[in-house]
Parts: sequence; C-alpha cells; structure tokens
Amino acid sequence: MNLGLRQKLWSFGLIVAFFAGWQLFCIISGMSDLILPRPTDVLATLIARFPVLWPHIIQTLSTTMAGFALGVGLGVVLGAVIGVSKVAYDTAYPLLVGFSSIPKVAVVPIFVLWFGSGSVPAILTALSICFFPIVVNIATGLATTEPELEDVLKALGASKLDILWNVGLPRTMPFFFASLKVAVSYAFVGAVLAETVASNRGIGNVMMSASSNFNVPLVFACLFILAILGVALYVIFSLIEARVTGWATRKNDLVAT
Amino acid sequence: MQDIAATGTRRRPTAIELSATSVTFGRGPAATPALAETNLSIPDGEFLALVGPSGCGKSTILKLVSNLLRPTTGVVIVGGREVAAKALRIGMAFQNPTMLPWLTIERNIMLPLKIVEPFRSEYRQKRKGEFRDKAYALLAQVGLKDFGNKYPWQLSGGMLQRANLCRALIHEPRMLLLDEPFGALDQFTKEELWSILQSLWLQHKPTVLLVTHDLREAGFLASRICVMSARPGRILDDSAVDFPRPRTIPMTFEPDFVALNQRLRDLIVNARSNAPATQEA
Repeated sequence: MNLGLRQKLWSFGLIVAFFAGWQLFCIISGMSDLILPRPTDVLATLIARFPVLWPHIIQTLSTTMAGFALGVGLGVVLGAVIGVSKVAYDTAYPLLVGFSSIPKVAVVPIFVLWFGSGSVPAILTALSICFFPIVVNIATGLATTEPELEDVLKALGASKLDILWNVGLPRTMPFFFASLKVAVSYAFVGAVLAETVASNRGIGNVMMSASSNFNVPLVFACLFILAILGVALYVIFSLIEARVTGWATRKNDLVAT
Repeated sequence: MQDIAATGTRRRPTAIELSATSVTFGRGPAATPALAETNLSIPDGEFLALVGPSGCGKSTILKLVSNLLRPTTGVVIVGGREVAAKALRIGMAFQNPTMLPWLTIERNIMLPLKIVEPFRSEYRQKRKGEFRDKAYALLAQVGLKDFGNKYPWQLSGGMLQRANLCRALIHEPRMLLLDEPFGALDQFTKEELWSILQSLWLQHKPTVLLVTHDLREAGFLASRICVMSARPGRILDDSAVDFPRPRTIPMTFEPDFVALNQRLRDLIVNARSNAPATQEA
C-alpha cells in the first residue's frame, strides 16, 4: 500500500470515527434532539430538505465566489503595489492592519445601511474578510524575491514590469496559493455571516430561521453543507496549487528521475 | 607579450569605456571603497580577462558594465551609451547559475529571447519552434541535450553552470559578461567548456569580459589580461596575450604559457601581500 492511499484511509477513518463517536454519545446520554441531534438525524434532514436547501446553497456559493474573486483581485493589486514599493509598504501597512482588525460583524450593518439587504452586503463582507491574507502573502512573496533572480533579467535590460511578470509574480505563486486556501474559507465565513444578519436567502439565513424555530437538525444540516463546501473549495485550490507551484514543494512528492 | 598600446587594437571601435570610474559602498565612516578610480577601454571584439585577489572589485566592474550598479564617480560607457543593455545585446553569466526554479532548463535558457528585442516580439510565435531549436542546439553543444525538460533542481551544479552559459549565449549577444562561469566545475569539464567558448568567440567575435580566478583559464581564453590589486581595486597590469588561435589544452603546458601564468601569479601574490597597506590609505 502506498503512502498516499494509507494517509487517505487514515483521514477517512478519523472522519468516520468522529461521527460514530458523536452518534454513540447521543444514544448513550439520551441527548434531546433540541440540543444535539444525532448525525443520522442530521443526514436524514439534509436529504429530506435538500430540494428546498439547493437554491440557498447556490446563493451562498455564488455570493462567496463573487466576494472571493473580488477579494483576490483587490488583494493581488494591493499586494503587488505594497510588495514592489518600499514606500507603499511602510505607509499602507498600518491602515491595512487597522482595517483587517475590525470585526466584520460590526461592518455588516453598515453595508446593509448602504446597499440594503441581499447579495451585495454578503459579497462585500466576503471580500473584506478574505482580501487581507492575500495582500500580506503577495507582498511578502514579492518583497523576499532574491535579488540575484532579478539581476538575471536586469542585466538584459528588462523593464520593472518585465521583472515583476517573469520573476516576482511566479516566485510569489506559492505564497499566493497558500493565502487562497485560507481566503476561500474566510470568504465563506463572511458571506454566511452577512446572510445571518441581513438576507432572506442563503444558508446563513436558513440557519437563522431554523434556529428560531428550534429546528436544530436543520441548523446542523446547514453546518454540514458549509463544511462540505469549504472542504470542496479547499481541495479545488489545493489541486490547482499542486499544478502551478509544484516546483516549490518538490521535497514532498517529486523525486528526481 | 607586448604592451597593449603597441598592438594597435585601439583603432577598433570601443565597446566598453570606464573613465575615472570608482565605486564606494556605503557613506561616511562606514564607507568601503570597492573600486579605486579606474580607466579601462575595451575595443569591440576583444576577449579581456580580469584576474586578481578575492574581493578586489572584479565583479564590481562587471556589474558596472551590465548596469546593475552605478559608479560613485566617473562614467561607464557601453556601446556608446551610458545604459548598457539599451545600446547592445548583453549576455551575462553569474558566479551562481541563477536559474529560475519554476521554469524548465529549456525555458530558463530561452528567457533572454523573451526579454530582448528583436526576439521579444516574435517570442510567442517562435517559442515552440525556432527558438526551442536554438535552445536545444546550444544544450547539445554543452552536452545537455536530454535535460531541456528537467527543472533546475534536477541537475548537478556543473550541469547548471553549462546551462547558465547557454542562457548567456542564446540571444547572440554582442557582449558577454562572465563572472567566474566555470568556478564550480571539475578540471575536465572546465577545459571542455573553454574550447566551446573559444570557438564561439572565434565564430561571432563578441566582446567578452571574463572575471576569473583561474590563471590558466585566463591565458587560454583571453586576448588581453588585466591584473587587479587588492581592495579597493586598481588595474596593476594590462597585457596582451598573443598565443595563436585556436588554442589547445596541450599549449597550456608549454613554457611560454607557463611563464605567463608565473608572471600573473607573482603579480597577484604581491597584490595580496600589499593589501593591508592599501586598506589603511
């Protein structure tokens, strides 16, 4: 059995054990459905309500992805500016750190005030929560690029843009993807957060109304959905990362032939 | 051996001109002079070797010529202009073969074609055809034909040095700046690459500025050798090397050649022992 397969089996086993333990705990302690539903109940609810939940899943997924895409765009541009210019690095950092320290729960009502409830606050919250790790990573990647690599192009008379495009950005890709994986789950948190506060659609909204109806299995079903979506997006970006930045992680899997 | 002024090589157009050029790193009491005021004129098509003790400013001269460094005083004129790479195509190989780790060897070697005109504008159309063939022709010449699709970390240090040389040559530069390009190689690979470099130089006659610690290498390749003093560097000796070309490895064991080596060696040994005095000054 190879190492990769064994690892997958172990992590699958861990997941199964987690849910089995949960189930067992509920049965033994005779826990009420209102406090902690059994995983089997949650799964049954999930399957039974799936047709109703589906449009909400699409809503949450689309606002998340919209916010994420905008966050990536903004993050890359800001990160590039800050990473290339020492002056921008020193001047803009305090503002960025200050902005990122604000709890986003506090910002959602402001977005609602400006744009009304619905998709826009969710997208903006997702954006505002996910762009910061991208900025920091892009800036760090660019600022730590070895001058020797840049000299190769400089000696050829390359412009600053040439150097950024051919050395700076490729060199930064591993940092970028590391931040993408973090940012995509942040974007989820942001979108769901905004939906719980001010929206009549989306998984966040379903969770709010379910908990006010004491439909705890449905709340948990929504949590399951969020977890599954989060893992799915993480996996997608990991796969893209492995393709694009394999050169940087060769120690783990690639062997010289 | 004759003095450079007597050979008449100065009638050729000047490729590189350093006039009253000096370099000091840092300011105030912490300032370290790296290169004392230097005048150096290199005619087009010459193969000049710079030798001298470690840290004497040889690499500093290369960086000045390639515009990676600005002189503290004086000017550096390359190809009639102050900004070198704008005036003519320069190929450069550093001491460390700095290959970009995310590109295959083939792509690394083609990098100058992506940057430098007139290749740049044709790069997209030709990178899979003509340019790729060009890269492989060079790789074959240095014995790396089968390694084009490998990544830099899959090659040994010596192989990377050879690939480095290919990258310096691919855009048919009119000027080659080589900073100990064979430093990390074994004697036999070195000698092989010397011959390759010599035949390339005889074919295309680019201006070459070679920084090296290997006196045999300097004698074998160069048509003129400058010996530099210890830091801050000055040019102590400037002499033409007129062994017939193409030179062969056995020639490097003949008395004339050994005598040249001996003379250069003595100059450098002297420069080294005088080093503390120049530092106090």
